[in-house]
Amino acid sequence: MAALLEVNNLKKYFKNPGGTLHAVEDVSFTLDYGKTLGVVGESGCGKTTLGRTIIHLIEKTEGTITFEGKDISDPSPKELRQLREEMQIIFQDPYSSLNPRMSVSEAIMEPLRVQGKLSKAEIRAEVRKLMDTVGLAERFENAYPHELDGGRRQRIGVARALALNPKFIVCDEPVSALDVSIQAQIINLMLDLQEALGLAYMFVTHDLSVVKYISDDIMVMYLGNMVEKSPSDELFSHPLHPYTKALLSAIPVPDVHNQPDRIIMQGELTSPINPKPGCRFMARCQYASPECEEPQELVEHSPGHFVACCHYKELLPQQ
Amino acid sequence: MNDNMNDNILEIRDLVVEYRTDEAIIHAVNGVNLVVKRGETLGLVGETGAGKTTIAKSILRILPTPPSKICGGEIVFDGEDLMQKSESAMRKIRGEKIAMIFQDPMTALNPIERIGAQISEAIAQHNKIKRYEAENRASDMLEMVGIPMERYNEYPHQFSGGMKQRVVIAMALACNPTLLIADEPTTALDVTIQAQVLEIMQSLKERLGTSVIMITHDLGVVANCCSSVAVIYAGEIVEYGSAVQVFDFPTHPYTIGLFGSLPKLNSTEPRLKPITGLMPDPANLPTGCSFYERCPDAKEQCSGSKPAMVEIEAGHFVKCFRDGGGE
Amino acid sequence: MNDKKLKKKKSRFAETWRRLKKNKIAVVSLFIIFLIILAAILAPILAPYPYDLQDYSAAFSRSSKEHPLGTDRLGRDVLSRLLYGARQSLQIGLFSTTFAAAIGILVGAIAGFYGGWTDNLIMRILDVYQGIPMFLLTVTLAAVLGPSLRNAIIAIAISSISGYARLMRASILTVREMEYVEAATAINVRSARIIRKHIIPNAISPLIVSITMSLGSSVLAGAGLSFIGLGVQPPIPEWGAMISDARNFLRGQMYLSMYPGLCVMITVLSFNLLGDGLRDALDPRQKT
Repeated sequence: MAALLEVNNLKKYFKNPGGTLHAVEDVSFTLDYGKTLGVVGESGCGKTTLGRTIIHLIEKTEGTITFEGKDISDPSPKELRQLREEMQIIFQDPYSSLNPRMSVSEAIMEPLRVQGKLSKAEIRAEVRKLMDTVGLAERFENAYPHELDGGRRQRIGVARALALNPKFIVCDEPVSALDVSIQAQIINLMLDLQEALGLAYMFVTHDLSVVKYISDDIMVMYLGNMVEKSPSDELFSHPLHPYTKALLSAIPVPDVHNQPDRIIMQGELTSPINPKPGCRFMARCQYASPECEEPQELVEHSPGHFVACCHYKELLPQQ
Repeated sequence: MNDNMNDNILEIRDLVVEYRTDEAIIHAVNGVNLVVKRGETLGLVGETGAGKTTIAKSILRILPTPPSKICGGEIVFDGEDLMQKSESAMRKIRGEKIAMIFQDPMTALNPIERIGAQISEAIAQHNKIKRYEAENRASDMLEMVGIPMERYNEYPHQFSGGMKQRVVIAMALACNPTLLIADEPTTALDVTIQAQVLEIMQSLKERLGTSVIMITHDLGVVANCCSSVAVIYAGEIVEYGSAVQVFDFPTHPYTIGLFGSLPKLNSTEPRLKPITGLMPDPANLPTGCSFYERCPDAKEQCSGSKPAMVEIEAGHFVKCFRDGGGE
Repeated sequence: MNDKKLKKKKSRFAETWRRLKKNKIAVVSLFIIFLIILAAILAPILAPYPYDLQDYSAAFSRSSKEHPLGTDRLGRDVLSRLLYGARQSLQIGLFSTTFAAAIGILVGAIAGFYGGWTDNLIMRILDVYQGIPMFLLTVTLAAVLGPSLRNAIIAIAISSISGYARLMRASILTVREMEYVEAATAINVRSARIIRKHIIPNAISPLIVSITMSLGSSVLAGAGLSFIGLGVQPPIPEWGAMISDARNFLRGQMYLSMYPGLCVMITVLSFNLLGDGLRDALDPRQKT
């Protein structure tokens, strides 16, 4: 069976007064039905833009997107409406992504109402069902978002995304704004839903422990570039790119005895405006050399494990 | 008794803080006891609304009154009760003896003043020294947090988030305070930058011998830099001990729940074990144990009365009936 | 069938009113405004004398049983004139504000929604417009169109349009960038519905506050115009005109300017305080 989603050489540039911001540079990947692709990176790496570009909330600059075998790179308005029923998004901030003047049931009802396929009574029944699915008690249906805590608000966001029966959901940092105990509730909910409904997720986050937990594949982005992509376990056991290594070592580990040897990176993110063609991580990389100024090619090191670093072989642990 | 005073830089006893609004009384902090030993880093861990920041602001007496009100308790800093201090005496203590770092570095920096000038001003305010001395000291502090001299005359907006937080740390430590309160200092930062900032804080702390209260929701950060931990839930400390004790033998059901909620890098469990439900409304706290409704081990006794703090081994305290909090 | 119907949701008006009721100052202000409006409407019944009844024998009399607030230089009853004057002052406030707000909101909304060159054009026109001092514009208009109540209203309205337009545009621009607008796009909501359900309801609050407050300032501007003789013409009473009339007798008969002055002040203050209260009451994020 063909992949659910195939993205090839996707680029998104923003024109700025100061130059062109290369938010997403040449990203390619495929995602199978019912699987999760984790996209990690730090702020400004283009992960959020990538998600929004795929579901056409932002128009791409270049590249192709194929969904269920159909080329959806440049959909007509009618195709786009159809597409939006199949591709959905859950937003990061459950506070700003809900209209403060819409009650819980109104918010969940909206996609169904707009779709216009169901009668009023059917919509109402469907809202009940959705609220039940995401674990929102019926007594909240007339509550307003500001009366609810972050976890419940995020459940509204999930219910809205589910309302149209999508096959693919972009999850844009859906748990970063939540407390740990609530975070775990939402992650479990998303895993349960994936299992029950066969959803495919693109899980965008900066939190590496969460992404490891939920993803089948992980893609690491740095300043718009995909620097490494690999099956989840493989990435954590054998990171290849120097950036991935530094990123993994920086994760705060809740263990007093085994703190990792941290690779403290010097410097900070360089600007993605008018970048030079070479490796964008070069400025902070301890292994940087003149070869790094050339464009970096994505190499398949082992099945499914890609890396874009000309030095990765030298950095492999000695056998 | 005297020994005790020298050992502990800060002792909080039975602190109670309320916020009063027209509609309700919000019980933000309910009888908190805390001890910070000289030179140690205490991690204060809890979720949003647990009262962490309120405790920190009570120590500095910078809570807005009204609506907030410190209803009882003592805060003994270096042998003196801060609650009895006059406002002018407190002003001398703030910044000079006790410094605070906030989550958002932007709130602590004046956007229209040069970085160097802001730090030297802070130094000059608390020390009677010449201007050039203050400036020298300021640039030394910047170097210490890894910001080169050349950037002394730049404005806050020219710095990235991580650098701003380092400037704030430099400013907080410029007067060599005895106690540093860091309120989620790395929450707004990326992981790699967080690692940088935590490392700088750690090395500065060791160099200057500062005691630190690290307020955070991240158990990973605590494991990284704290020697003792207090877990706070609904305005109460539910577990307190050395980092090793709390991390190796988490005992309070809430602490256990927190650990269960964390996705572990090496776990193979198909699902996380979250704590069910939500923190109780601080305007309407239950009469019994505040964790009762979410607790997997709740017994009848738990809803009726509050458990007392019990020392289950030397220096490891837990507030739960299961561990003898009833006696 | 499930009999438990959706609980009737409180309308926005009811919700705002519920919150406003908690603010004592706003409620008192509202009450005072209500009284002033009532007084203006019932002026023919409440006023002890016609506003233009002259009684030279009783000129400049202090407060007495016959004339509770005294009389002016022509022996006209001050209380009656104040009551009738309320009609003129409130008319100026109400009509000029309605007129200005209607045009300003429309223009601002167009600029905010469409953006691009439409926005640019509108904003540049407003820029030019704002370069002209408001009072000068008002004075010029009143002078060109001739002094009358109607022209005072038009003049004040025209000079306050640009304020509304700017506020509406800014408000819409803020709301348009909110994530819930993007979220609505993601579930296929059409732009007309996005504007109606997501943008307008969230953008309108600052306008309501501003309108309330400028009701007060229009009353003030109207009084100002009448004071310099460009507004309501004698013998019709208007508070500003009454102050103007009384300014020659400040030393001996201060009460003559004080009473209308107090009326203006109380009216303006009430509208401002009500606006303040509304600002808080209209914010849905405010806890209960």
